[in-house]
Amino acid sequence: MNSLGSIRRVFAPWNDPAAKPYIVFERVTKTFGGFTAVNDLSLVIYEREFFALLGASGCGKTTLLRMLAGFEEPTSGRILLDGQDMRGIPPYRRPANMMFQSYALFPHMTVEQNIAFGLRQEGLPKPEIEARVADMLKLVKLGQFARRKPHQLSGGQRQRVALARSVAKRPKVLLLDEPLGALDRKLREETQFELMDLQQELGLTFVIVTHDQEEAMTMADRIAVMDKGKVMQVATPAEIYEAPASRFIADFVGSVNMFEGTVERSDEDGASIAGNDGFSIRTSNTGGAARGSSVAFAIRPEKIRVSSKPPEQTAFNAVAGEIYDIAYLGDMTVYHVKLPSGQVVKASALNAARITNDPLTWQDRAWISFDPDAGIVLTS
Amino acid sequence: MIAGWSRFNVVSVVLGFAFLYLPIVLLVVFSFNESRLVTVWGGFSTKWYVSLFSNQGLMDAAWVTARVAVISATVATVLGTMAALVLTRHTRFRGRILFSGMVFAPLVMPEVITGLSLLLLFVAVGLDRGFLTVTLAHVTFSMCFVAVVVQSRLVTFDRSLEEAAMDLGAPPVTTFFQITLPVIAPAIVSGWLLAFTLSLDDLVIASFTSGPGATTLPMKIYSQVRLGVTPEINAVSTLMIGLVAGGVIAASIVNKRRAVQRARDEQAAERG
Amino acid sequence: MAGPRLDLVRSGCRHRTDELEIGDGQRHDRCDARRRRRGPAKPGVTSLYRVDQPPRHRRSVLLEQLGEFGLDNYLWLTEDPLYLNAYVSSVVIAAISTLLALLVGYPIAYGMARAPAALRPILLMLVILPFWTSFLIRVYAWIGILKPEGLLNQLLLGLGLIDVPLVILNTHSAIFIGIVYSYLPFMVLPLYSSLEKMDHSLIEAAQDLGCRPAGAFWKITFPLSLPGVIAGSMLVFIPAVGEFVIPDLLGGSQTLMIGKTLWNEFFANRDWPVSSAVAVILLLLLIVPIMFFQSAQARAREEGR
Repeated sequence: MNSLGSIRRVFAPWNDPAAKPYIVFERVTKTFGGFTAVNDLSLVIYEREFFALLGASGCGKTTLLRMLAGFEEPTSGRILLDGQDMRGIPPYRRPANMMFQSYALFPHMTVEQNIAFGLRQEGLPKPEIEARVADMLKLVKLGQFARRKPHQLSGGQRQRVALARSVAKRPKVLLLDEPLGALDRKLREETQFELMDLQQELGLTFVIVTHDQEEAMTMADRIAVMDKGKVMQVATPAEIYEAPASRFIADFVGSVNMFEGTVERSDEDGASIAGNDGFSIRTSNTGGAARGSSVAFAIRPEKIRVSSKPPEQTAFNAVAGEIYDIAYLGDMTVYHVKLPSGQVVKASALNAARITNDPLTWQDRAWISFDPDAGIVLTS
Repeated sequence: MIAGWSRFNVVSVVLGFAFLYLPIVLLVVFSFNESRLVTVWGGFSTKWYVSLFSNQGLMDAAWVTARVAVISATVATVLGTMAALVLTRHTRFRGRILFSGMVFAPLVMPEVITGLSLLLLFVAVGLDRGFLTVTLAHVTFSMCFVAVVVQSRLVTFDRSLEEAAMDLGAPPVTTFFQITLPVIAPAIVSGWLLAFTLSLDDLVIASFTSGPGATTLPMKIYSQVRLGVTPEINAVSTLMIGLVAGGVIAASIVNKRRAVQRARDEQAAERG
Repeated sequence: MAGPRLDLVRSGCRHRTDELEIGDGQRHDRCDARRRRRGPAKPGVTSLYRVDQPPRHRRSVLLEQLGEFGLDNYLWLTEDPLYLNAYVSSVVIAAISTLLALLVGYPIAYGMARAPAALRPILLMLVILPFWTSFLIRVYAWIGILKPEGLLNQLLLGLGLIDVPLVILNTHSAIFIGIVYSYLPFMVLPLYSSLEKMDHSLIEAAQDLGCRPAGAFWKITFPLSLPGVIAGSMLVFIPAVGEFVIPDLLGGSQTLMIGKTLWNEFFANRDWPVSSAVAVILLLLLIVPIMFFQSAQARAREEGR
C-alpha cells in the first residue's frame, strides 16, 4: 500500500513511528439523551495534516468536531490537543478556531470587523489588528470588500470571509464544518484548491467535516470514514478508494461492483474465487481471506473493460452479458451490463477518442473483463 | 436560537408571567368575595354575580356591546381581508405605499386621535351619533388588525394552488372562493376573533363616537370604575375575561388537536 | 364625576356650549380664564369644523365654511403653558415607561427564546393571552393592588417590610406600572421573534473566536436584537404618549398627559376645535416615531429575505 500513499506528497507522519500525535481522541463517547452520537472512538491527527471526517449525516462527524472546538464535552474519554487535555476548557480559551457551515458571519459587522473580532478578543494593539486584517483580506482576495456587510457579498465571498475570520487568530487547528456545502459545483471545485494552497501556506492543521467524498478525496491527506459514531477506516484517499477495509467503505466511497463468492485457493501469488454469478475470479490481492471463506470481490467500474468481442481468454475474469443501460457523460460512458445471473455490472470507459471504433448499443451482447490486480477481496 | 435554559432564564420567565397574570388572578379571586371591600377577604360568595344580572344598565350595555362587536367584526373581516389581498397580490400600483401606510397607521395611533377624528368625520357627513357610528368606528380601526393577520398568512400562500385551479378551468372568482378562501380561512377566523375582542374592549373610541342609547359595556364599566373599585365590576370583568380566555384557549386546543391529527395522518401515510 | 360626563356624551354636541356645565374644578378655572380672555366664542371663526348648526345642514355648511380655516386654535395652544407641559410630560412619561418595559421585557423574551422548543409555543400563547383580555379591566385590576389599603400595601405591611402604607396610586409610579403592565406583550413579542430566529452558531462563533459568554451577549446577541428592541419600544412608546385610560385611572388628577388633556378638552370643556388642534399636534409629534417604526419594519423585512 505504500506505493499508493506516495502518489500525492511525501508528507506522511502517520507512517513514522517517531512522529508525535497532535490531536488525540482517546476512547471518546458522546451521548445526547438516549442517542449515542460518538461511540468509544479513538483517533490520532498529526500536525500540519489536512484531515477529513467523512460520513453520511448523523454519523457523528460534526459532534466530533464540536467536541474539539469545545461546544460539547465528551460523555467519557478525553481529547488532547498538542499534549494538553481539553476537558473543561471553554471554546473561547481553546487554540482551535472553527469555520461554521452557515459561516455564522456577524450580520451587523463589516467584513473587516468580522475578521478583526477574534483579534480584538485577544486584546491586541490596534495597529497590529489592522495589519493582520489587511493581511487576511489580501490572503482571501477581498481587499475591496472590507467595508461591506455580509449580506452585500456573494456566497463565495462570504465563505472566504468566514475562512479569513477563523484563520486570523492563527489557531493551532482550523476546524471546517462542511465549508463548501453552500457553494455551487464550479465554485466548490475552485475553492477546494484554494483551501489546499492556504493550508500549505499557513502550515496549519485542518480538520474538515464533509459528506462529499469527492471533496474529502481532493483535499485531505487522510480521511476517516465514519458510520454510526464509529470510525470505519482511516487512510489516505488512494487507500480508501483502492483498498477499502470493508464492503461498507467500498460501497460508500465511489462506485463499485461487488461479486460475492467462495475462496477456492489462497496463497502468496493470489486467490481464486468461485463467483456466485457463475464465473471464476483470479486476483493478486487476497485480502488475507482463507480458503473456503465467503468473500466479496470488489472492483471499480473504470477497471472493467467492455467489448463486443470476447477477450483473449474467457476462463476467468471474463463474462458475457447484455447491455442494459448506457449513460453518456461526455468524458466517459458508463455501461450497465446485465449478467445471466441477473446482476447488473457497472463499467465505465474513458472517451479518449471522439469516435469509438467499438460502438455498443442497447441490448447488444457484450463481454466484460478485468485484470487480476484490478480488484480487491473483502472479508468484512 | 437553541442552547441551554439557564436558571436566570427560568426565573425571568416565571417572574414575567407572574407579573402578567397575578393582577388578573387577584381580580377574579376578589369577584367571589363576600365583603364589599375589594381588598379584604370576607369569604366565598357569588352574590356579586347575582346583583350583576339584576343591574339593568349593565345588561343593556352588554347587549349593545355584543351587537356592535359581532357586526363590526364581521364587516371589518370582509374589508380587512380585501385590503390584505390587495396589498399582497398587487405589489405595484399608484399609491400603494400610501395605502399600506393608511391601513397600518391605526395600529399604533393613539386611540384618542382615532376616536376624535372619526367623530369629526361622522359629524361632517351628518351622521347622528349612536349605534351606527360606534359600529362604523370599530369597523375602521379593527379592519387594520384583520388586514395584518390575513396578510401574514397570504405572504406564505402558495400561488401555484390558484394557478393549478385556473389551469384546471376555474375562473378567478371560483378559484378565490373554492381555493384561496378555504386555505386562508384560519387566518380569517383569527382576524374576526381579534376584531371581535378589540370591539369588546374598546373604551376610548366608543366614548367619542357613541351617542344616546348606545352606551357600551366598557363605557359603563369606566363610569363605575371612576367612582371606585366594586366587587360588581370585578364580577363583570371576570365574566369578560372568562369569555375571551375560554374562546382563545378553546381555539388553540382545536388547532393543536388538528396539528396532532395531521402529524399522525402524515406518519401513517409515510408508513403506507 | 364620570356619570355626568357620559351624560354629556349622550346629549350630543349639536351646539357649541359657551356656558360650562360640569367637570374637574381645576381645569375649569383655566378654561374660564381662557374664555374671558378670548371673549365669547364667535361661531365659525375659531372652529376647525363648525358643528353648531342643525344636523340636517351640516354637510353644506361644512363646505361653505372651508374657507374659514384659521390658526387661532393653534395659537391658543402656544399661549397656555398647560398644553406644552402636557406634551412634554406625556413624552417623558412614555419614554421612561418604554425604558422600563424594555428592562422588564428583555429578560422575559430572552428566557422564552432559550426555552426548550416544545415549551415555546405555550409561552408565546401565555404572552399573547392578556392582550385578548380587556385593557380597561387590566388597568382596573391595578387600582385594587396599588391603593393605600390595597393588596400590595397589605402584603408589605404584613411582611413587616414597611410601617406606613406606600402611596403609589395617583402618582407617576402607578402610571409607569400601568403602562409597563399593559404594553408588556407589545415589547416582548418583537423581542422574542428577533431573539428566537437568531442563529445560535453566531454566538458559538463569537465564543470560538475568544469571546466570553457575557461579552458575546453584548457584542452579538444584543446588537442583533436591536430591530426587536426598536419595534417593541415604538409599539410601547407611540400609544403610551397618547394614553388616556392609564393616567386617568392610575395617575389621579395631578397627572398631566396629553391624552387626558384632550379628553377633558373634549368631554368636560366641550371645546372641539381646541381638542382637534391638540390631536393634530399630537399626531405631528408621533409622525416621526411612526415613520421610524415603519421604516425599521421594512428594513427588517428586507434583511429577513
